[in-house]
Amino acid sequence: MIGRVILAALLAGIAAGLIMGAIQHVRLTPLILEAETYESQSHSHDHAAPAAGEAAPAAEAGHDHGEGWAPADGWQRTLGTTITAALQGAAFAAVLAGISLLTGLPITRENGIIWGLCGFLAATVAPAAGLPPELPGLPAADLMTRQIWWIGTTAATGAGLYLIAARREAWAVALAIVLVALPHVIGAPLPVTHESAVPPYLAATFVANSIAANAILWSLLGLFLGLALNRHARDIYAT
Amino acid sequence: MTARTNSLSLSISQRIAAGLALLFVGLSLTYAVGFSSLAVAHNTAHDTRHAIGFPCH
Repeated sequence: MIGRVILAALLAGIAAGLIMGAIQHVRLTPLILEAETYESQSHSHDHAAPAAGEAAPAAEAGHDHGEGWAPADGWQRTLGTTITAALQGAAFAAVLAGISLLTGLPITRENGIIWGLCGFLAATVAPAAGLPPELPGLPAADLMTRQIWWIGTTAATGAGLYLIAARREAWAVALAIVLVALPHVIGAPLPVTHESAVPPYLAATFVANSIAANAILWSLLGLFLGLALNRHARDIYAT
Repeated sequence: MTARTNSLSLSISQRIAAGLALLFVGLSLTYAVGFSSLAVAHNTAHDTRHAIGFPCH
């Protein structure tokens, strides 16, 4: 039973993630590739330009860290993106299902999309308010500081949404407001300068499409999760 | 994992155990796809990291 619930959740996430992968291929990866053509201009100071003759694949795929194995542009890169999108779908679905089992708040066919949209608010909208989805070549603050802010913002927003969904007491609502607002009062780590060779229309198009794609990912993820768990709901949430 | 009985309801401890397992799997996968600084993980997930909106380089 436990195994079947875990498997159902992961499969629901993989299905949503694969659709996300397809959307990425059509709407997001082309913008990333276009931005990378500007990246060498923005980052020329810290990434030595490789020798012209041999550089074509390495300059694109290994564009920023220039170390370790990297998928070659073309099918390898597309495959890597698709697989990681499916894995991330499974990951988000597992987190939602895990929260549902731990809190005893069921995910059903009826409320699945609401679960998904709460995930979207916590993991896309709230962090994007401080750290808009970035294109390669845009200046950014220290990576680890941004990662900590992203994780903290998502966790705090998720906890706030849980309190609003599960509790009616005034203190819970007040705490929820504090949790949702606090990361933005603290503020996201910002780069020293916003100067970049990446054109503004490209960055804006990417942010809008990324947020829209994530809205689809999370909506489908919640719906699929609801459908997958609905069959077992009476057994899962019996206690 | 306990025995697979067809229509056995989860006890509360089983539900918590399954929830923790799911949370662990989800957070580990998220770390691997979105946050790991391993070059292979970063390079393979690069476009997905940008698309999801994870902080990336």
